[in-house]
Amino acid sequence: MKQPYRLVRARPEPEFEISVDGAPVPAVPGQTIGAVLHGAGIRAWRATRFGGRPRGLFCGIGVCFDCLVTVNGGPSLRACLTEARPGDRVCTGEGGLAVLGEPGEPGEGPGTPHGGQENGR
Amino acid sequence: MSPEYDLVVIGAGPAGVAGALSAALAGVNVALVDGAARPGGQYFRHLPEGFHPGRPGALHHGLDRFTRQWEALRERATLLLGHRVWAVERDEQGVSVRCLEGDREERPRTVTGRRLLLATGAHDRPLPFPGWDLPGVLTAGGAQALLKGNLVVAGRRVVVAGTGPFLLPVAAGLAEAGADVRGVFEANGRLGLARHPLLAAGKAGEAAGYAVSLARHRVPYHGRQAVIEAHGEGGLTHVTVARLDRHWRPVSTRTVECDTLAYGYGFVPQLELPVQLGCATRRDADGGPVVAVDAGQRTSVPGVYAAGESTGVGGAVLAEVEGRIAGRTAAADLGRRVGPLPALLRRRERLSAFARALLTAYPVRPGWQRWLREDTLVCRCEEVPLSGVREARELGATDARSIKLLARPGMGWCQGRMCGYAVACLAGENVSAPRRPIAQPIRLGDLAALTRSPLEG
Ligand SMILES: Cc1cc2nc3c(=O)[nH]c(=O)nc-3n(C[C@H](O)[C@H](O)[C@H](O)COP(=O)(O)OP(=O)(O)OC[C@H]3O[C@@H](n4cnc5c(N)ncnc54)[C@H](O)[C@@H]3O)c2cc1C
Ligand code: FES
Repeated sequence: MKQPYRLVRARPEPEFEISVDGAPVPAVPGQTIGAVLHGAGIRAWRATRFGGRPRGLFCGIGVCFDCLVTVNGGPSLRACLTEARPGDRVCTGEGGLAVLGEPGEPGEGPGTPHGGQENGR
Repeated sequence: MSPEYDLVVIGAGPAGVAGALSAALAGVNVALVDGAARPGGQYFRHLPEGFHPGRPGALHHGLDRFTRQWEALRERATLLLGHRVWAVERDEQGVSVRCLEGDREERPRTVTGRRLLLATGAHDRPLPFPGWDLPGVLTAGGAQALLKGNLVVAGRRVVVAGTGPFLLPVAAGLAEAGADVRGVFEANGRLGLARHPLLAAGKAGEAAGYAVSLARHRVPYHGRQAVIEAHGEGGLTHVTVARLDRHWRPVSTRTVECDTLAYGYGFVPQLELPVQLGCATRRDADGGPVVAVDAGQRTSVPGVYAAGESTGVGGAVLAEVEGRIAGRTAAADLGRRVGPLPALLRRRERLSAFARALLTAYPVRPGWQRWLREDTLVCRCEEVPLSGVREARELGATDARSIKLLARPGMGWCQGRMCGYAVACLAGENVSAPRRPIAQPIRLGDLAALTRSPLEG
């Protein structure tokens, strides 16, 4: 058994699968999508808007927004906060990493509509 | 309409849970709100039930005590987990706490209370350096959250770097969990684990535990060394470690192979909600802004209390003590009978003096700015390189605010949470309290659906 599981004497429930660009990846109930991907060795799932730089987890607690991910075709979510559900389809973009929209763009999911005005008054 | 609750507490970490319980025990009708699905905050981050851990406390010191507090609170208060607070408003009646419920669906919900206790904690303070945005580079807290909350080990071969005593539990946790920890690189002087300040605070058991664990796993601990560059194509393969002089300027360098870096240079309190409410801030021992509170943990805004990391970074034990004091003050202010507890106040003084000493012993020294190159990203979100910040300065932007308006660092998704400290340092300023009208992202549709937006006025 995996060493961290031994450490806490975990008796995990049966794993379920999510799919990442069509490939199955196992998840323990309650794990976040970010943890599932990172644990499976997938460390980048989007590309930045300008430089096309690969990004995955950084802060791990929902403050940096590097881990934004497209799940089931829906709006982008923070992978580090979002619990995986059986059958979730994660898309990292065709032939490369997904480029997500501007902060706060309508329809682009969790926007920070006035983010650009912080301190700007 | 009169408020639903006497007291709303935001944050289910050690500060918020202790505060909620103290108030509830004094007969106060409490609601506790947290964005996370499980209680614990950062320190006592819980594993999902799906793991059925037989020894959950193996990853946390003092978990039993927290669990008892949580169980006692369950019977006495309304617990609203999975509720992210994006704004708080105040009027004569009390406070309205605007939440989004659920991690995907985001149902809006407003919780009202006569009083409010803010216990929102902190996040890591990363410094920028070349390659800090490569996949595989994580904050120290992020690596800890993966382990404590998901039983995922951040990497196979891991380097731990930065400054402060928090690097020890992170490295020890990773090593215990099976990672090959290539070393701990503490940018400040190596105090020697035996003389580690945790010992001075009577936390000898905890510090010794980490030291033993690092020794058993043969993890070297290096003082005055730092990771100044991360390398790899698409993902981390190695880092450059430098010996530093007293100002943190690199003296010599070498390469360490690793697939993961977990690093942090202290913590930044989450201040958006207190700042929204107009709570006064003060400078902590490290120059960073924190919520100013009186001896009873009252902020400058009537009816609003604060405890834990948001009033100064000091760790889980201090957070709990502050939470207890805040909960008791709120209960007394609500007319409940609460006796004095001088021992608790003395304990807080002792612990916060120690916290200030730690902040002074583990400062961030200006030499880190020499680790950056012209093309090093300062802002990860808007991808603003150092050259962009320099150009803005040459155009006449002399302070952090005008640099931001010209070059856009801090204008992206994270709203400067990751780069705010660095940009302020590069502008030669003290960091100022963040002004973020929205504490958590909210879809425009949800915002429009709310009759009165807190953005007005
Ligand atoms: C990622 C991370 C990992 C850490 N791990 C350790 C560790 O292993 N050991 C250690 O000694 N110290 C650790 N720390 C330091 C930690 O800050 C303190 O030990 C302690 O947890 C502080 O307690 P607190 O109650 O002040 O805040 P926290 O424990 O941080 O609790 C704050 C709570 O408020 C909630 N919250 C914040 N904003 C909102 C909002 N807008 N809406 C709803 N809920 C909100 C958060 O979800 C969180 O549960 C860590 C810090 C971080 C950032
Ligand atoms: S890793 Fe920072 S928001 Fe998810």
